[in-house]
Amino acid sequence: MLDQSFYSKTDEIINTYGVDASSLIPVIQDIQAEYRYLPPELLLYVAKRLGISEAKAYSVATFYENFSFEPKGKYVIKVCDGTACHVRKSVPILERLYSDLGLSREKQTTDDMLFTIETVSCLGACGLAPVLTVNDKVYKAMTPDKATELIKELKEGE
Amino acid sequence: MKCITINNRKVTFTDEKNVLTIIRKVGIDLPTFCYHSELSTYGACRMCVVEDDRGRIFAACSETPRDGMVIYTNTPRIQHHRKMIIELLLASHCRDCTTCKASGDCKLQQYAVEMGVDTVRFQNTRKELPVDDSSQCIVYDPNKCILCGNCVRTCDEIQGMGIINFAFRGADTRISTAFGKKISETKCVGCGQCRVFCPTGAITIKQDINPVWKAINDPEVRVVAQIAPAVRVAIGDKFGIPKGQNSLGKLVAALHHVGFDEVYDTNFGADLTVMEESRELLERLESGKNLPLFTSCCPAWVKFLETRHPEFKDNVSTCRSPQQMFGALLKEDARLNEVDKRKTVVVSIMPCTAKKAEITREEHFTDGCQDVDYVLTTTETIRMIKAAGINLAYVPEESLDMPFGLASGAGAIFGVTGGVTEAVLRRLVNSTRVEDLESISFTGIRGFDGIKEATVKIGDKDVKIAVVSGLKNADELLNRIKAGQVHYDFVEVMACRRGCIAGGGQPVPIGNHTKQARYDGIYNVDKQSPIKLSNENPIITNVYNGILKGKEHKLLHNR
Repeated sequence: MLDQSFYSKTDEIINTYGVDASSLIPVIQDIQAEYRYLPPELLLYVAKRLGISEAKAYSVATFYENFSFEPKGKYVIKVCDGTACHVRKSVPILERLYSDLGLSREKQTTDDMLFTIETVSCLGACGLAPVLTVNDKVYKAMTPDKATELIKELKEGE
Repeated sequence: MKCITINNRKVTFTDEKNVLTIIRKVGIDLPTFCYHSELSTYGACRMCVVEDDRGRIFAACSETPRDGMVIYTNTPRIQHHRKMIIELLLASHCRDCTTCKASGDCKLQQYAVEMGVDTVRFQNTRKELPVDDSSQCIVYDPNKCILCGNCVRTCDEIQGMGIINFAFRGADTRISTAFGKKISETKCVGCGQCRVFCPTGAITIKQDINPVWKAINDPEVRVVAQIAPAVRVAIGDKFGIPKGQNSLGKLVAALHHVGFDEVYDTNFGADLTVMEESRELLERLESGKNLPLFTSCCPAWVKFLETRHPEFKDNVSTCRSPQQMFGALLKEDARLNEVDKRKTVVVSIMPCTAKKAEITREEHFTDGCQDVDYVLTTTETIRMIKAAGINLAYVPEESLDMPFGLASGAGAIFGVTGGVTEAVLRRLVNSTRVEDLESISFTGIRGFDGIKEATVKIGDKDVKIAVVSGLKNADELLNRIKAGQVHYDFVEVMACRRGCIAGGGQPVPIGNHTKQARYDGIYNVDKQSPIKLSNENPIITNVYNGILKGKEHKLLHNR
């Protein structure tokens, strides 16, 4: 059960976009921006408020890779695995990050809720390949060792 | 006059909404999975592709007809494309046709045969997903789904429920409830319309055949069947009997052959309902309380009202449905029988999947005993009859058993939208004069419109009536009533569009021609019935003076 504050925040977000079916995506984007994930309870609440069926809202939220029903870590690391990054060896970087943090494709967030590792298809920065982002800050020309160093820095900054 | 050329033949057209409709009108049955005239056009399956004179290939279902179009429906390129679509669909589809419940009714199977797809060159890379059999009414097998979306659009556009939708994307796309919940955990009312529109075996009827066979083969058990009004005009579909023909006599004979000890007609139960519901309507008109009175015959509608509009709960008739009234009566009769000490099992033969859930509702147990034990849909009954090696078309007709084997024409029309209302009005007007019967049928309660309205004078009162079929229409009407825009005294609702003749358990396909034939068939049963009014059924009088005396409320009502 979510705290009442989640629902009042959601109401606030809905009011900025208007009670209309077409507000669904911007509303759930803002919810995700607020909580770093889309709590399932809130998706159902939004569906009810906007007069959309629960299944339809679920359909939209699962269609876009961006929405996550699982809470994400404080640092969301997106490793680019687009064509350019892939051929410049992005996979070893991903594997190093997985092994450093004890994560895998199935388990993407650390138990201390600090890190989430995701892959993305292209960040549009192919000239900087292989590239990754940490909460939208771009790190260029990465190597597995640089990735390990980055994790260490982030942990020390805590 | 506007005109298009199809396969070098000129065809005129007027306001057809798409090219496919025109092509079908000239007798070319283009294959389709996702197109249905009652649903919005989706254009996903690409089976109805045609080629024009410039070599452009497009889907006929989503192309607006233009004057002077030149179309070919059967070129080698199109044949190649269609065959490829089938092959690709089959590649990621369960291919255990022989053991599939939809075998024989499956469009994928049919088209694969018709188009000569004899090998599948591609590997199946789809992960096998679990089957959802949590519902009492339907079973969903995602491994047999071709993502045509018919179920999604039916649930949303016709029923207004929106229980299922597409989830995920690309190769992971599947039909799912919100957060993959089991169907039984959603607000699904079990109407089974998704199954009617499903072209494959992805959504099928929950089967109750085996326990019925077991009961039949147990000498200690007396198995009694009751046949719903809409079954007799649909069951012949799978035996080559002309559509809409009344096969009751043959069905009774077949069920006797199968091993049922006694066979009765739910139309008799409907007669009981007419008696009780018309009395209830008069009482409510008198007191002015809890109006409008909503009918309670359709379990999908009752569940819909309870979950979506609980504020109207007291408006629902306290009457049990015909199936439940008759079930309670049959069980009471068995309890009073001193001679026959066998256990009685009541099996309903129904056009409906929601009836399967109705029988286990807590109010449908009398003194702890379940009134109706099993519900077999028309489709399951066909399977049983075929399994017993009986050809319905050739079985000599037999009559219903006694003491309950007589029903009025008013009971018969319960199977079609408007029928319950008409039957109740006949009882209230209480006249057998042809003019009076006709004036009731011409009030506007007959026909296929989703929402029908009528005003009928009963005594010195004008009674306002609405007749609704399809839950989306029902939702709309309830909202209007709630907003105070309309006022009615009596509202009949059937969850399935056009009523039970197109119910979720009926043999498929159910196209417009089939619906019309079944509709006409039901009214023919009424026309040929010597008794037009429920209160003139002599057996009804008998049971009220006998077995029901003092127990009317206990056996025939819920609250």
